This record gives sequence, C-alpha cells and structure tokens, in this order.
Amino acid sequence: MSYHRPDRIEDAFAALAADASVIAGGTDWYPARGDGPLPDNVLDITRLPGFSGIARDGQGWRIGATTTWTAIARADLPACFDGLRAAAREVGSLQIQNAGTIGGNLCNASPAADGVPALLTLDAQVRLVSPRGPRDMPLADFILGPRRTARSGDELLQSLWIPDPGAGTGAFQKLGSRKYLVISIAMVASLVRVEAGQMRDVRVAVGACGPVATRLRDLETSLEGRAVDDAAGIVAAAPLGTLSPISDVRGSAEYRLDAVRNMILRALVTSCGGSHG
Amino acid sequence: MDKTLDVTSFTLNGSDVSVAPAPGERLSHSLRERLDARDVKVGCNAGDCGACTVLVDGAPVCACLMPTAQAQGTVVETQAGLVERDDIAQRLADSFHAHQAAQCGICTPGMMTAAVALLRDTRSPDHAQVEDALGGVLCRCTGYRKIIDAVVAAGHGPITAEAVSGDVGTSLTRLDGRPKVDGTERFGDDVAGQDTLVLRVIRSPHHHAEFTIGDLDAFQRAHPWVALVLTASDIPGRNRFGVIPGFIDQPVFAEGLARHRGEAIAAIVGPAEEISRFDPEDFPIEWTPLPPMLTPEEAMVPGAAQLHDGHADNVLCQGFVKHGDAETALARADLSVEATFETAYVEHGYIEPEAGFAEVVDGRLHVHGCTQAAVMDQETLATILALPLEDIRVVPTATGGGFGSKIDVSFQPFVALAALRLNAPVRITYSRQESMASTTKRHPSSITLRIGATRDGAISGMRFDGIFNTGAYASWGPTVANRVPIHASGPYRVRDYVATARGIYTNGTPSGAFRGFGVPQSAVAQEVLFDELAAKLDQDPLEFRIANALENGMPTVCSQVFEQGVGITACLEALRPAWTELNRDCDAFNAQHQARKRGVGVAGGWYGCGNTSLPNPSTIKAGVRADGTVVLHQGAADIGQGSNTVIPQIFARALGADVLRIAIVDGDTDRTPDAGKTSASRQTFVTGNAARLAGEALRRQILSHVNAADDSRIDLGDGVHVIDGAATHRLRLDHLEPDADGYVMRVLESYDPPTKPLDENGQGDPYAQYGYAAHLAMVEVDLKLGTTRVLHMVAAHDVGCAINPLLVEGQIHGGVAQGLGMALMEEYLPGRTENLHDYLIPTFGDVPPIDTIIIEEPDAHGPYGAKGLGEHALIPTAPAILNAITRATGARLRRLPVTPARLRAAIRQAGHD
Repeated sequence: MSYHRPDRIEDAFAALAADASVIAGGTDWYPARGDGPLPDNVLDITRLPGFSGIARDGQGWRIGATTTWTAIARADLPACFDGLRAAAREVGSLQIQNAGTIGGNLCNASPAADGVPALLTLDAQVRLVSPRGPRDMPLADFILGPRRTARSGDELLQSLWIPDPGAGTGAFQKLGSRKYLVISIAMVASLVRVEAGQMRDVRVAVGACGPVATRLRDLETSLEGRAVDDAAGIVAAAPLGTLSPISDVRGSAEYRLDAVRNMILRALVTSCGGSHG
Repeated sequence: MDKTLDVTSFTLNGSDVSVAPAPGERLSHSLRERLDARDVKVGCNAGDCGACTVLVDGAPVCACLMPTAQAQGTVVETQAGLVERDDIAQRLADSFHAHQAAQCGICTPGMMTAAVALLRDTRSPDHAQVEDALGGVLCRCTGYRKIIDAVVAAGHGPITAEAVSGDVGTSLTRLDGRPKVDGTERFGDDVAGQDTLVLRVIRSPHHHAEFTIGDLDAFQRAHPWVALVLTASDIPGRNRFGVIPGFIDQPVFAEGLARHRGEAIAAIVGPAEEISRFDPEDFPIEWTPLPPMLTPEEAMVPGAAQLHDGHADNVLCQGFVKHGDAETALARADLSVEATFETAYVEHGYIEPEAGFAEVVDGRLHVHGCTQAAVMDQETLATILALPLEDIRVVPTATGGGFGSKIDVSFQPFVALAALRLNAPVRITYSRQESMASTTKRHPSSITLRIGATRDGAISGMRFDGIFNTGAYASWGPTVANRVPIHASGPYRVRDYVATARGIYTNGTPSGAFRGFGVPQSAVAQEVLFDELAAKLDQDPLEFRIANALENGMPTVCSQVFEQGVGITACLEALRPAWTELNRDCDAFNAQHQARKRGVGVAGGWYGCGNTSLPNPSTIKAGVRADGTVVLHQGAADIGQGSNTVIPQIFARALGADVLRIAIVDGDTDRTPDAGKTSASRQTFVTGNAARLAGEALRRQILSHVNAADDSRIDLGDGVHVIDGAATHRLRLDHLEPDADGYVMRVLESYDPPTKPLDENGQGDPYAQYGYAAHLAMVEVDLKLGTTRVLHMVAAHDVGCAINPLLVEGQIHGGVAQGLGMALMEEYLPGRTENLHDYLIPTFGDVPPIDTIIIEEPDAHGPYGAKGLGEHALIPTAPAILNAITRATGARLRRLPVTPARLRAAIRQAGHD
C-alpha cells in the first residue's frame, strides 16, 4: 500500500514498474472507481519535472500533461488556440477545470473528451516517456478507442507539442442538455485562416460522434480555398460518412449526425469571424 | 529519492494540520473524518454536484476528487473556517441568510466557498458571472435564483437584513437558518463519531434474479475484520416495510429473489478503513438472473411472471373517479382531442444521500439521520425489530432535501439492527449510486386522455386512463393511483368525467412519493391537450382556461363543493398582463429570427393538501417553564421547506406573542409529539392548525391566569407579561408545580383535516382544501439543434395566506426548477443513469428568472386561511414549458423529458428542415 508522488522521473518509472495506478488531477480517476475500492498502489505525477506548463518550443508550443484546464483557459495564446481555450472552459465545472489536466483527458480516452477535437485541429503530437526513452506520435494515433490508448504500461504521457498553427482562428461548439456540468452529446472544433474572403488551412474535428474524435479530412478539402459564404452549402452537402455515432441516453445516432452538421457550420462561422444567429 | 508519503501537512482554516491518509484517500474524507471538518459535504464522490467544494490555495476544487497527498503545503479553506475568519464569507453568510438562499443547506458549503473565490477576484459580480463561478455546484431546493441574488448582493457591500416582526405574513428569516450558512449544520452523515463502525449493504446487480447466499462462516473467516453479517434470517420481527397498510411488501433483505437492481441482499459491518477497501463482489452470492420486466407493457403481458402474490397481472391497485357521463358527453362534443403521453422515472436528486447512525443508549435504540417522517420510521422499525415503540427513539438530523423519497425508510433498519446486535454504534452513508438505485422515484407514466368541447369552448367530456410503473414494491403507489383520478381534470369544471389510474409492478426501482404523487404527470397530459383544444377552437389558451376554471360553489369531479377559497381563476387572471407582454415580445423576436424561435405557454394546476380521505393528524405540544420561557415542541420535519419557521410563526400569532422569544424543541420522537410526515403539502395546513390550536389554548391559559381580557397582548422575555389595556400583569409562575417536562403550564393540541370517504365512483370529499397555481413559461428553441432555453417563468400561486412570503417564493422557485428538469432533461433508467452526470438535473443557467405572484384566497380550514404549497409549485411547470415549445415551433410533444434529440425529431415532423 503506497502513494508515490515523486519529483524524479526514475522514481515514477519504478512505481509504474510495480503496477502503480497513475493519477494526476483525479477528476476522472476517482469517478472511474465507482463504489469499488481504490487501488493500493498509486503514482501521482503532479510533481514530476517537465510535466506541467505551457511554453514556446521550437516551431511550436509545448503543453505539459499535468497542465490544468484553468491554466489553459487563462494562458496568453494566439487566436488559433481559441477553440482549445473555449473547450477548456467547458470541461465539467470550474472545480474540475482547476484540477483536471489535459493529459488526463487524453489518457482517459473518453469518446466525449472535451479537449480532443480542438487538439486534433491543432495537429497535436503527444510525447510518451519511459525508461526506454521518449516517443512522439500524433494524437490521432494515440487514442485508439473508448478508454484505449497507445500508451504502454511502462510509459507516461509527458506533454503535447503543437506545431505553430499560424494565423488561423479556432472555435469550439459543445452540445449538451443543460448549461453547466454536462457531458457532450456532440462537439465540433474548427480552425480556419481567412484570406481575402477565402478559407485556408481549414481543419474540422468532431467528438462524441464515434469511438474516437476525428478530423473530417474530406470536408476540409472541399472547404479549402472556398469563399466563406460557400461554407453553408458545402457543409449541408457533406457526406460525413466517417462519423459513426451511437445512440445512448444523451441522444440518438440520427440526432447526433443531424445536429453535428449544424454545429460544424456554426464553428466555421466563428472561426471565420462571423456570428450565427 | 522516491518518497512514500505517509503524512500530509497543510493549513486548514488558518491552523497547521497533519494527517496520515490511506493511499489515494480523498481530501473530502480526510477533512471530514480525520480533521472533523464536517462542513465539507459529500453528495456524489464524483465531481458532479460540487457540494464538497473547498478552496485550495484560493482555487475552488472538489475535495472528493483530490488526493489528500496533493494538499501537502497548501492552504485549504472550508465554509466554516471562512465564515469564522473571512469578511467576504461573513457577508455572504448574512446575504444567504437574508435571501433564504439556503433551504435544506446541504449545497450551501459548496455554494459559499465557490462564491468566496469569485468575490475575491471580482468585487461586484453580475448575474452571469455568478452563474459561471457557481455553475459547478448543484442545488435541488432553491432553483438557484435566490443564491444568485445573495451573491450579487454580497458583492455590493454589507447586508442589512430587513427588520420584520416575525408575525404571520412577514418574511421572517429562517429560525434555523444560521447553522446552514456558517457551516455548523449537521446532516445525516455528520453526527456519528469518527471511529464508528460502518455498515455496507450488499445489493443486487440484477433487475430480477434468484440467489442463494454462500458460506458465511467461511466468508467471515476470510475477512476477520467483519464484525457482523446480516441477511434476511437475522430480522427479528417482520422482514417487510412499506407505508400504506395492506401494501407493506418490501423486504429489508430480499429472501432468495431480487425484484429490482439495487435491492438489499445482505449487509456487513466493520471498521471504516476495511469497509472502504472491501469489494462487494467478494461477498458469497450465487445468482440466477431472470428475464426482467422493466416496463408495465412487459409486466402486463399475459403469462408474465407475477412479482407479488395476490396481484394478478402485476396490478398493484387501481384508482377510479366517475362523474356524470363522459362517453355521452364526448360523443356529443363538437370537437375533441386525444393523445397518449409518456413520462419518465424521475429521481429526487437531493444532494444529501441517505445517511445516519444507530446506537443503543440505556437499553433503548436511538436512530439519528435524515428523514421526512420520524414517527413512521419509529413504527416501521418497531415491526421489523419486534421492539416496543417506546424502546425506539428517532432523532432527525438536518435533512439535505427529501421531496418525498425520505418518507420511506432506507438506511434505518440496517443500522438499527446492526447496533442492536453489536451493542455498538453503527453508521452508514449511501453512495450516490446506491441512493439512486435503491430509493424511490417518481412513477413513470403512460397516459391516454381524450377531452371534448362544445364549439363555444366548454369542456364536454373527459376520459383519462393512466398506467403508472410502481416498480418492484408498493411504496406510495396506491396513493398515486388514488390521487391521480381525483386531480386529472385539473382545476376546471368538468361535468362528465371518468378516470382510471393503475399502478403496475415491474422490476424497476420502486416508485414512491415525489412532490405531486402522480399529479405532475397527469397535468402534462391534461394541460397540453387543453392547448390543443384551444387551438382547434381558435381560442386564446389563457382565456380558454379562465372560461373553464373551477369556481366557488362548483362541484369538483368528486362532487365536492367549496364555498370559498377556489383560487384558480385568480391565478390565471393574474397572468394576463405577462401573457400579453411576453407574447408580444415573442412575436417581435420571431419576426427577426429564423433559426431560433420563442414561445409562451401557460398551464394551471391544483393539489389537495393532506392524505386522500384518510386521517392524518398532527399534534403540537407547548409549555411554559417556571421562569416564564415559552417552549414549542415542533415535530414537523423541516427538509428545507421551512416548517421550523412557519410553524412557530403560526403558533406565535395564535399565542399573541413575539415568535423570536419562543424557545423551540426540534423533532425527536422522545420530545416532540407526532406531527405526521412531511408530505402531501400538509405541514403548513395540518401541523400549522395544530400549532394554531396549541397557541390559542396556551393563550387562554395565560390570560385566565391573570383574568385578562381576550384582546390582551402577551409579552415574553424575562417572564410572561400580559398587557391588558393600561395594566401590565407579570405572571407569577414560581409557585406552580412543574410537570415532568418542567412546565407549569402545558398544552397538547391535535388537528386532523375534515374529509369524507370516497364511494366506488370516487365521489366524496377527499381533501379539506386544495391549493391552486398557474404558470407561464417563455422559451427559446434552437430549431436546428432542438435545444430549449427557458427564458422566463411567471408563477401565480393561491396559498390562501402567505405565512412567510419569502419561504413561499422559495418553494415556488424550487418547484419550478424541478418541473423544468422533468420537462427537459430528467430521465432515470435503472442501471444506466445511476449518477448525477448521466442523470441530469438543472444547473445554474438552466433556471430562468421567476416572477412569483402570491394570491391569497383564504381557505375555510387553513390556519389564517393558509393552504399547502409544496407540490403545487411543480405541477404546472412542465406543461407550461411544453406548451411554450409547441407555440414556438409547432412541434407536438408526447414524451418527457423533451431532450434535444426528441425535440429536434418533433420539430422536423412539424415541417421544419
């Protein structure tokens, strides 16, 4: 029975080798236990060096895995991060945002994880560390399915790296049945740079409409270079075949597909500097 | 070096503290159980309710989701510590108290700590900032608006409470309100000692299953820390509980057959640490799952398994009312409407899970915990435990919301039996999941209703057929079946009427009492069809209702005639100005907007106060001590609604004295006589009348003691003074012989509402009084997403006499919030939504501003004309919202809750793309 809260990565690896359960902000870790007993062997990664904070890093930005949603929401970041910051303010509640971490959101791998769509539009990469050394991979390859990631048992998610996204503007749309403290029925993040009335570098990602959040590459291609005013027609006609929502207590699959089309358009309108009425 | 932390040190409310938590122990647990900070409340252990919010280095976090080890070196602040030391928190406490922003008080610690963090950052926040900052804390009582007002007001400087006399008709602040805002209130989980043994119930994971319990000796050998194992064979008395004679059918522990998921099978008792690490799957039970019948449809299929002997086709019971000739009137009607409506299981969602403890004191059993019905608990325990009533004492703690579910016993038999067997205190706190899976719900319903009308708009015939899913056990199912046919006409003149309501056993969670006892469900069907009828008639929905409203002297569908106090017309008419204005606003908005549409809806409602044609007396005791102190023994359970304030106000008025100078003894079966259960909107009416009679009787004794005139004034404080005109008499009491309670004068008065039994057609006088209500809702619907925002509510309530207008407002706000949840988001599915993130109740930002209009049409029987209010507040809300959505979108709504998915489908059916 032990609770490890090391400040050296070697000690963390040792605890991990002894099958410790990894905790950071705890906001998913505790609810996942339900009424069952807590694990006897726990590794708390919130004091590990290099696991926290937001900083420029080469041609991009590095966000430590234990950076809280509040820190992200309050960070001085360019407009391309607006979608991520908006998502940060929609995670659970203020209490959850003050404790919950971006890395935990990814490792928990909920299909409704609020942070994932915006990070997908930002082409985020994750960095895993282990005694074997660091390993980088695109976020899209990291999340494999509901509650499943590419993290091996001896690895820890240390940080995310986001290549400089340029001059675009991010946006985020979350659909829920009430105002606060709500698990998403569907989510959309977008990132668009508008140049002379045309959409450039269009990126759109959808969450809670399949086992993992996903970029809509075909739609992005059909929007690329088109006039902002054409977006409505293109989105209305888009096949959205890559989405595979389920029906659950929050909404039917049919509803999710129907609603998400409107949410995509609204996110794009925000990214393009407009408002929707 | 890696360090295994065993000691965590931090600053708690200004003091340095150290604890040695178990690995991963939650900060909430360390604070409550190791550091005695029981002002930190645990509502869900999952971050869904925010009741446990504390400040860590100034930032609000859920203490239930934070490992204590992470608190190392931090500054932790809780409500009680803040109110002791922090100016902002003290201002907030004053403001919460003055605004009655705390009803039951269980969410108040979370609300106030979150508000302190906001006010430290933002000196004078606006409404929206308050909603954002407090949005992570759920409240089930207040509807949030008073909390918002309280925080905004605290941002504008010190609070000066308006001075009121406390007399009937004044908004006296809660007499029991201070502990709720300073962190000293003690709820069901807050009273047991730190080392008390803990009981854990082993429950069925199956909806329907046979089971055999394995080798318990071997189990105990393998778990030597287990102090006691309990199963059905350990029940010394009758292994059944229930609430209605003839329908006592629920076992404390199931006997070989689990009829619903969450049913208790066994219990173990042990030290807290070991119990917390115990996995219930290790308890030896062999299951044989059976096909579950979760809906009445499945349970009513010919050949379906029979859940209880003597209830063929799984019919629990049937209620019936017939007045005139509905079929002939419907055939004669110029037009009619008919539809079937489905409503969902609704969870009470109080933020305090069931909790309490039992101990044996001087050979008697004492049970402490949250409850709505202390004496019923005592009686139930007596039959289960085979103990004489006088050997059982039930001491209610503060109750963190109830809304009907805490009338039935839940935890009490378990801890009572364990304490008796071990001769040691034993405690329990239900987990949120356990609370949701095992305690009662609002009955899901399927209602088919047909209503006819003549071309000039008079109702011509109504036929109602309701099926109510009562779940695995009876609980209050018979009450629902009987109440609904009496109320399903709504407060309208319906000459030709027939209504049937059946309760059906299923393998669902037991349905029981929940604010309205089936009437909110029937009101949805009736009020929505009224709008459709009005539309067919091309009549204004409000005017259609006014034209058909019941009035004094008109018979109800039970042929009961009230010569005074029928206030529905007054309620509906009071809505006219808002109706006109809000409809105009909507028209203007809709002319400008295509993607979003607004609409206004109206609905009425009524509710008979007290038991249906059954006695339900309340008794109040009071006395005067030799030193002149007047003491009121007030046993009506205050679950946040305010009877601890209203009953003394009534008593003081009758006595003719200042309420603030009366000493009050709170509920305790050893000290307070039976004031009945807190249900059926009966406390203000029934216990209020007992308090009035007691006050009047004591006044007579006091005045006759000094031969003073009837209109004399009684002045308390430093003895009893009687001011008779110019003369003041000081009562000489020291020569009188005090009784066993120390009283030299005493009174004991009871009141039982006059009702008459119903005949086979449901004709009679089921209630001595009804209360009336009408609500307006304005909504905005996002046509493309199917989401609804309720923008504004106007609620007119005839309460006969508002004993305490601010408490009346509090009841209305809370009822509206629950009605809103029922309309738009609440759907309990056994096994699927047993937590507060899949089961959604309204949050800050979902409940709009609520204008309350208080109507006072005095009732012939109510104290000073007062009528009950608790249930009424909820009844018109859901149909008013549904009608508003339909008027905004044209969508026809037949199934609750109207989730975005369902509404979007209905909008498309109505022809929108």
